[in-house]
Amino acid sequence: MLRYVLRRLLTAIPTLFVIVTMAFFLMRVAPGGPFNQERGLSPEIKANLEAQFGLDDPLWLQFVHYLGNLLRGNFGPSYNMPDFTVTELFAKGLPISVQLGASALVLALLLGSVLGTIAALNQNKLGDYTVIALATAGSTIPTFVIAPVIQLLFGLTWKLLPIGGWGDGAFINKVGPALTLALPQIAIVARLMRGSMIESLRSHHIRTARALGLSDWSVVVKHALRGAILPIVSFTGPAAAALLTGSVIVETIFSIPGVGRYFVDAALNRDYTLVMGTVVVIAIFTIVFNLIVDVMYAVVDPRVRYD
Amino acid sequence: MMRNMLKATVFATTMALAAGTFYTPAFAETVYNRGSAAEAETVDPHKTSTVYEADIIRDLFQGLVMHDQKTNLIPGAAESWTVSDDGTVYTFKLRKDGLWSDGTPVTADDFVYSFRRLEDPATAAEYASMLYPVKNAEEVNTKKGKPEDMGVKAIDANTLEVTLKAPTPYFLEMLTHQATYPVNKASIDKLGADWIKAGNLVSNGAYTLAEWVPNDHMKLVKNPKFWDAATVKMDVVNYIPTEDRSSAMKRFEAGELDSYGDLPTEQLADLKTKFGDQVRVGPYLGTYYYAIKTDKAPWDNVELRNAISMAIDRDFLAEKVWQNSMLPGYSMVPPGIAGYTPAMAKYADMPQIDREDAAKKILEKLGYTPEHPLKMEIRYNTSENHKNTAVAIQEQLKPLGVDITLLNTDTKTHYSFLEQKGNYDVARAAWIADYKDPETFLGITRKASGNNYSSYVSPAYEAAMDKAAAAGGKPEERMKDLTEAERILVDDVGNIPLLYYSFHDIVSSKLHGFDDNVMDIHPSRFISKD
Repeated sequence: MLRYVLRRLLTAIPTLFVIVTMAFFLMRVAPGGPFNQERGLSPEIKANLEAQFGLDDPLWLQFVHYLGNLLRGNFGPSYNMPDFTVTELFAKGLPISVQLGASALVLALLLGSVLGTIAALNQNKLGDYTVIALATAGSTIPTFVIAPVIQLLFGLTWKLLPIGGWGDGAFINKVGPALTLALPQIAIVARLMRGSMIESLRSHHIRTARALGLSDWSVVVKHALRGAILPIVSFTGPAAAALLTGSVIVETIFSIPGVGRYFVDAALNRDYTLVMGTVVVIAIFTIVFNLIVDVMYAVVDPRVRYD
Repeated sequence: MMRNMLKATVFATTMALAAGTFYTPAFAETVYNRGSAAEAETVDPHKTSTVYEADIIRDLFQGLVMHDQKTNLIPGAAESWTVSDDGTVYTFKLRKDGLWSDGTPVTADDFVYSFRRLEDPATAAEYASMLYPVKNAEEVNTKKGKPEDMGVKAIDANTLEVTLKAPTPYFLEMLTHQATYPVNKASIDKLGADWIKAGNLVSNGAYTLAEWVPNDHMKLVKNPKFWDAATVKMDVVNYIPTEDRSSAMKRFEAGELDSYGDLPTEQLADLKTKFGDQVRVGPYLGTYYYAIKTDKAPWDNVELRNAISMAIDRDFLAEKVWQNSMLPGYSMVPPGIAGYTPAMAKYADMPQIDREDAAKKILEKLGYTPEHPLKMEIRYNTSENHKNTAVAIQEQLKPLGVDITLLNTDTKTHYSFLEQKGNYDVARAAWIADYKDPETFLGITRKASGNNYSSYVSPAYEAAMDKAAAAGGKPEERMKDLTEAERILVDDVGNIPLLYYSFHDIVSSKLHGFDDNVMDIHPSRFISKD
């Protein structure tokens, strides 16, 4: 297993290199640059800015410099927020996105699994229909609708939560955004769980377990759940990568200072270094979480071996 | 046992009292939660580029002169100044009680250093041009001169002499711009790039920077060393960027924000009903216009440009598309600059129907009819309002035989295309005043300007602008010359002014000193809260 993990981590290096290279050159293909704005700059001032950030070098040299800096763990300065380096922006924003994403993920996995199991055990009954209806609503109502509704109800009407802001990480400030992030994921997990649980409950080994007179609890939790959880495990990888690296919509509506907003803002502002930083972070999260999922597969399902 | 219990009780009581002392402030802090529509990019005055940081930098630093809450020019770091008879030498007397937040005095040398830093190409200041009227400043910035040759000199610790290239009556107004504010040399020398960090930043304004969490808040605390600290009412000013404007309105309603500077115009009517006088809308020095490619056929025909401009129903744009958050515009310079009368398009007072008839006649004369339409492309940068404006114009001009196509790109692509003088017909643009003078609006259409997106070239206009510049020492004459220059520009339809901007703020009734003004600037120093 250890060899497998090491091998996967080593193969991630060329993958990352390809991603970084593609992102670097694709960003430069996009028209406009970091210093194009409503208020046009004179050519001299623009030249000063480009010289300051090394944008006057040939593109290949800029790429070599970028790679060199990246190897030293230096993501460079943000072009749009020159008071901060990209590393500083991530150091402030990433823990916030991770906290929110992790809360949403845990909420989604726990609630989604329970709801999905309830639906499967009550197949074609009221409980099932209720869960399916909620899941359909949860996965179809967009986040930009859920978020203002939560703000309106919990913030303005009932005055239970703040409308927005991070509040230095106060619990109460996390509830709204975490719930908004979690709702669609809960719906997905519930639907996945329902399907795989129904399938698992119909399998031969469950029928055998029932025939042996095992209690319902034991059949469902000890035997059916183990098989049913596999699709959830594979869903967790990309979901974790997406949730932990922040959501543009949720962070914008709730004014959360995470890194999700940088993904879009940096691209629109042609803040090349910040875009590259976000690409690298997402790539690393995706690679790591896919690896974790594969390892968890082996843990959950004894038939899966990587040695 | 008893002894131990007694000890524990005494210890617990002491701790509780100590905690109480620590957590109970000696007086209640006055906190102003100030919302803004976007995050500041920097608080370095010499790297500033957006209006979102302008208020913040104005709170942190103080220039030689400044605006009061009604945008009247008042003394800042300088308590007085004199101007030489020929209008080229300004001598500023710095106030003796002016201190940096670390307690050291603000001296003339600080300004010499700061002015040179602004022009130093290595600083790469986007607003270096703010000091271009200073002798040799432009030369330094464009690497043609040495910093020592700049027209800025410390006569003594409290006397600064600035020599201009030519009389520039709006020079003092330019000095209200945050790019011209001083920075502390000692801390830059000592801390390098870290001088700007919260906790490190040494400034000379009413506030100092205590915290900055990007996209969350920036906390400014009252600077006890500020020369006028006694009159500063707010102890803490939190700048809170709230990009989502609907959320901002909810945060305002919930009391999380005391003011917000960019309320959603599409909800203006509802917001007025809900919040009453707390919604503030009024004239703001900004012009929304369409650049038109004057050096490309058929747009090089002034008659055609005039017909297009004349036929656009600006009242409809202002009232329906922008929900009265803009005003119909017929000149490049918006109204509101004292002593200046903008030159309006001649058809400004004509009824819309007559304008359309006149435009139709011109178009027919030029051979454009619904059967043989004039092809025209409008480019605009991404925004629902820009799109709606373009769509409305498309509909307005269709019956006159103008076949309009729309092209939307993101802001960077849009302005990069305009800057490179790409092949376009008409493109959306806007100009917001950097300082309170018509020159800021008229200068952008000059031949040499990087913002001359219409590629408008007129020797008569250049001559009129030069004449106005030469009349620098005589303000009234200069204003008249500028109006004449604008008359040439408007008659030539060098671009198509469509709308004047309005400020649209929402301000809690608890705030005082947040006075309406055409620059929409509100130094926290003058604001108090019930």
